[in-house]
Amino acid sequence: MGFDSGRAWRLSPQVAIRPEGFGALAYHYGSRRLSFLKSSELRDLVLSIGDHPSAGEAIAAGGIPDGQRERYESALATLADSGMIVAAGRAS
Amino acid sequence: MNGLTTRFERGLDAPICLTWELTYACNLACVHCLSSSGRRDPRELTTAQCEAVLDELQRMQVFYVNIGGGEPTVRRDFWHLLDYATERGVGVKFSTNGSRIDPDAAARLVSTEYVDVQISLDGATAEVNDRVRGPGSHETALTAMRNLSDAGFRDFKLSVVVTRENVDQLDRFKELADEHGAQLRLTRLRPSGRGAYVWDELHPTADQQRELYEWLILHGETVLTGDSFFHLSAFGEPLPGLNLCGAGRVVCLIDPVGDVYACPFAIHDEFLAGNVLRDGGFERVWAGSELFRELREPQSAGACGSCGLYDACRGGCMAAKFFTGLPLEGPDPECVLGNAEEALRQRPGPGPRPSPDHSRPRILNGSPAASLRV
Ligand code: SF4
Ligand code: SF4
Repeated sequence: MGFDSGRAWRLSPQVAIRPEGFGALAYHYGSRRLSFLKSSELRDLVLSIGDHPSAGEAIAAGGIPDGQRERYESALATLADSGMIVAAGRAS
Repeated sequence: MNGLTTRFERGLDAPICLTWELTYACNLACVHCLSSSGRRDPRELTTAQCEAVLDELQRMQVFYVNIGGGEPTVRRDFWHLLDYATERGVGVKFSTNGSRIDPDAAARLVSTEYVDVQISLDGATAEVNDRVRGPGSHETALTAMRNLSDAGFRDFKLSVVVTRENVDQLDRFKELADEHGAQLRLTRLRPSGRGAYVWDELHPTADQQRELYEWLILHGETVLTGDSFFHLSAFGEPLPGLNLCGAGRVVCLIDPVGDVYACPFAIHDEFLAGNVLRDGGFERVWAGSELFRELREPQSAGACGSCGLYDACRGGCMAAKFFTGLPLEGPDPECVLGNAEEALRQRPGPGPRPSPDHSRPRILNGSPAASLRV
């Protein structure tokens, strides 16, 4: 499954997020995988991603500087690969 | 060393690798039992006290807890506690010798994704396994695996402690796991608990460590190892898994009476951080214990400081050093450069023994290593 920042994404219902000093830990109960969200910006982005019509808009709303957009998009793509975030409207 | 390792070494708000041993009672008497289990301790936490611990784990957002023992399923409230945890979003991975995993239990376990099961087996053949885990234990474990597999439980764990005697069976373990739709998990034999008595004769030889390392590199992420083998990363590339000693930082143990230790392999007064009943709950101990605070400070590398491989190996396992009587700042007893060999040879006697010992009497009388010879 590819990552399309033009569409809507949400946090998988199988995932729990725990804030930590460096950002957050995310745990997927289905795959039993632990992921690291290595900044508080990424944590907030992931937590709020379901409130936006597209991932791109979530990134814009998250106050992430233009120069860093790509980094955050690729972080989201990684999280999509491991099923931490899922395309909205699709079954998890 | 990357930033995350540093973060981990400074400790997290809650453990990511929390083990909770529910009872010291066990129907087996494995020679290398890390918790010296056998008899139930009369002070073991009551059901209500266990529930209070789980409430706390939920509040702390502990994702899952590794439940062990003893044999956790011998507790009468085991299934209740399992449900209590999962209803609160605290996942459970529990370790068992398989004796209670009948078809009904397997069907029950498969119904929730919050539960994972680890079947312990230390030999791919009955001959190798039963010498360590006791007569009939191979058959018991295989029956449990069949029951889980028949119930449709995918990816449960086949958990193997790697020893001198089974290290040449790694391929067979992998096949066994694959045949049952399970995942292989290999762990290190540490000289903890009764393991202290058999470590000298059962831990893999230097040549075997090298073979083990190569086998692990070959199999990559398909085989789980936790933090077992990062001392072998000094052979070359880092192994998948947790590449640091997380004791008291991301790793922790709650024992059956509520004592909190830095690590399940460090059941000794030296690593006792507090008690969930006496010290105001698990979270207070995790956040406030003096021992844990010290462990989260930068640690001295001691004799390893001048070693070019320190970044990969980090001096190895604290518990392995402690229970073989080696200094904590300095090389692991299985240092791949052989830098601990001299010190091991010169030990005046055996290392420290585990503080609480719940072995059944026949094991307390003399070295349980004797039972290896039968
Ligand atoms: S003491 Fe050993 S077993 Fe315990 S956390 Fe450290 S490396 Fe792991
Ligand atoms: S000397 Fe220390 S750091 Fe170097 S390989 Fe041995 S245990 Fe690891």
